[in-house]
Amino acid sequence: MSIGAFLLRRLGSGVLAILGVSILVFAFLHLVPGDPVDHLAGGEATPDQRKKIEQCMGLDRSIPAQFVTFLGHVADGTLGHQCATGNADKRTVAGRIAEVFPHTLWLAIAGMLVAIVLALPLGILAAIRRGTWIDTLATTLSLSAVALPQMMFAPLLLLWFFIMLGWLPGPTELGPAALILPAFAVGTHLMAMLARMTRSSMVEVLGEDYVRTARAKGLPEGRVLFVHALRNALLPVITVAGLQFGSLLSGAIIIENVFARPGLGTTLLEAILERNYPVVQGTVLVIAVIYVAVNVLVDLAYGLADPRIRRG
Amino acid sequence: MKAGVKLSPSAMIGISMIGLFVFAGLFGPAIAPYDVGPHALDFAHRFQGPSAAHWLGTDSKGLDTLSQLLWGARSALTLSVITVAITSTVGLALGTIAGWYRGFVEELVMRVVDILMAFPGILMNIAIVATVAAPGVGVVILALSANGWVGYARVARAQVLALRERDYVAAAVSLGASNRRVMWKHLVPNLMGPALVQMSFGLGGVIMIEAALSFLGLGPQVDYTWGAMLDQARTFVWKAEWFRVYAIVPGLAIMWVVLGANLLGDGLRDRFDPRNRGRS
Repeated sequence: MSIGAFLLRRLGSGVLAILGVSILVFAFLHLVPGDPVDHLAGGEATPDQRKKIEQCMGLDRSIPAQFVTFLGHVADGTLGHQCATGNADKRTVAGRIAEVFPHTLWLAIAGMLVAIVLALPLGILAAIRRGTWIDTLATTLSLSAVALPQMMFAPLLLLWFFIMLGWLPGPTELGPAALILPAFAVGTHLMAMLARMTRSSMVEVLGEDYVRTARAKGLPEGRVLFVHALRNALLPVITVAGLQFGSLLSGAIIIENVFARPGLGTTLLEAILERNYPVVQGTVLVIAVIYVAVNVLVDLAYGLADPRIRRG
Repeated sequence: MKAGVKLSPSAMIGISMIGLFVFAGLFGPAIAPYDVGPHALDFAHRFQGPSAAHWLGTDSKGLDTLSQLLWGARSALTLSVITVAITSTVGLALGTIAGWYRGFVEELVMRVVDILMAFPGILMNIAIVATVAAPGVGVVILALSANGWVGYARVARAQVLALRERDYVAAAVSLGASNRRVMWKHLVPNLMGPALVQMSFGLGGVIMIEAALSFLGLGPQVDYTWGAMLDQARTFVWKAEWFRVYAIVPGLAIMWVVLGANLLGDGLRDRFDPRNRGRS
């Protein structure tokens, strides 16, 4: 299969999946009991106000018509209106998402950075010193970090570095320094999976013939390790890192919750709890698009790097 | 030693860790020193440090920490066993059917898998529970099952696609075995290895997600799930020095189970994945 056809097929199934998610969410929201107008209008709304919200959300029309309207809002880039208070909120859903997305993006980048910086040395060291205490230690460390619940770790980080030591800013703050703790909390968890991947991939590559050949040629060990082995070993590691980045971009909801940071995950949860259907629908769509797009990009990168994949 | 029962030392450690969790889940509430229900509230003894009466201290309502931990094991065990049972049965069945019949059925199953994978798993669980808005064990299980079966379906389908080319399957078909018989007698038993690996990792995943849900206030509405304990801990951890015990113990319990499940999963994978035979 050519790379073009490969990309087309992946994109096609990606778009189908995103459409499927949208329809599913749409159907689910309308199946579940609970009147969104009650939530948004509050107890003291006049029938007139209720009617306004109903019209704004399009609830007075049939469900298929509502879905078509939603698709229209996707096309015009607004993703719909918020319809929050009695006098229909003029802010668009896209506006609300654009407000929080930078916070999600920065956390994703910083968290990924922490993960990679910690994982690569740990994984490589464990692979080179396979079977020694260093390997055991690295494996134990990464296994424990995978199992470490963020619900415990993140509050403890806050306790140590914000409350007790006072070195770093606490919840609700948003400067660059306030990014350190959340990034570390997210990063350690991802680090663990990346380090394990690096180790196993490196161990596999070190057993390959071309590595033996390189050694037999008398190349310095450093060159064998970092040029011959690592370059090939990194391929699956990059894939995993890409997928992790994709899920980070869709919102690290626990971390956002602990550090009281705005973000995509939290926006989705808030929108669901306030029964703000247009916002739920829009956020889900954005998250799915990001998630699928990153997956396709990772596949594509892998397909470009390793022609064997394309034939699959 | 028979190859069938030989497992790596780390897998044995994993089994022991899971074993202790199962024990705590089954008998924990019976051996818990105190009650954890609403009538056991004792505000005179809140935020106590470890003592002879309360080994791990008490919480913001004066409830015994150790007892909550043991009751939490019960709730985690119930929820994870039911969820893994549902997701593995549904997933393995759909994956086997998809891999065996191919064609339209396979296309349908795999498209649904694509849709469910087009969205981050835990966010979907959270979204479902929050939407249903009547939190309870049933809703949490439903939410975890909604996308939890996908992994099993993928494993089963991949296995069946490989198995269906085997001679013994062709032999069974040519002897006139029905589809149901081929799937039930020849395919399913042969994909149980990879399925067990998936179940082991699945157990760890379910424990973690359930704790996350409870932490966000979306779990089964009781105080003594491990996630709810962590939620309470972060609210009050600055109030009393000894309360840090409360902030750590449930986390360690979660870690214990997830670590055990992952060790077991790794060990089983080394055992069942032919590529790993003869390697460390």
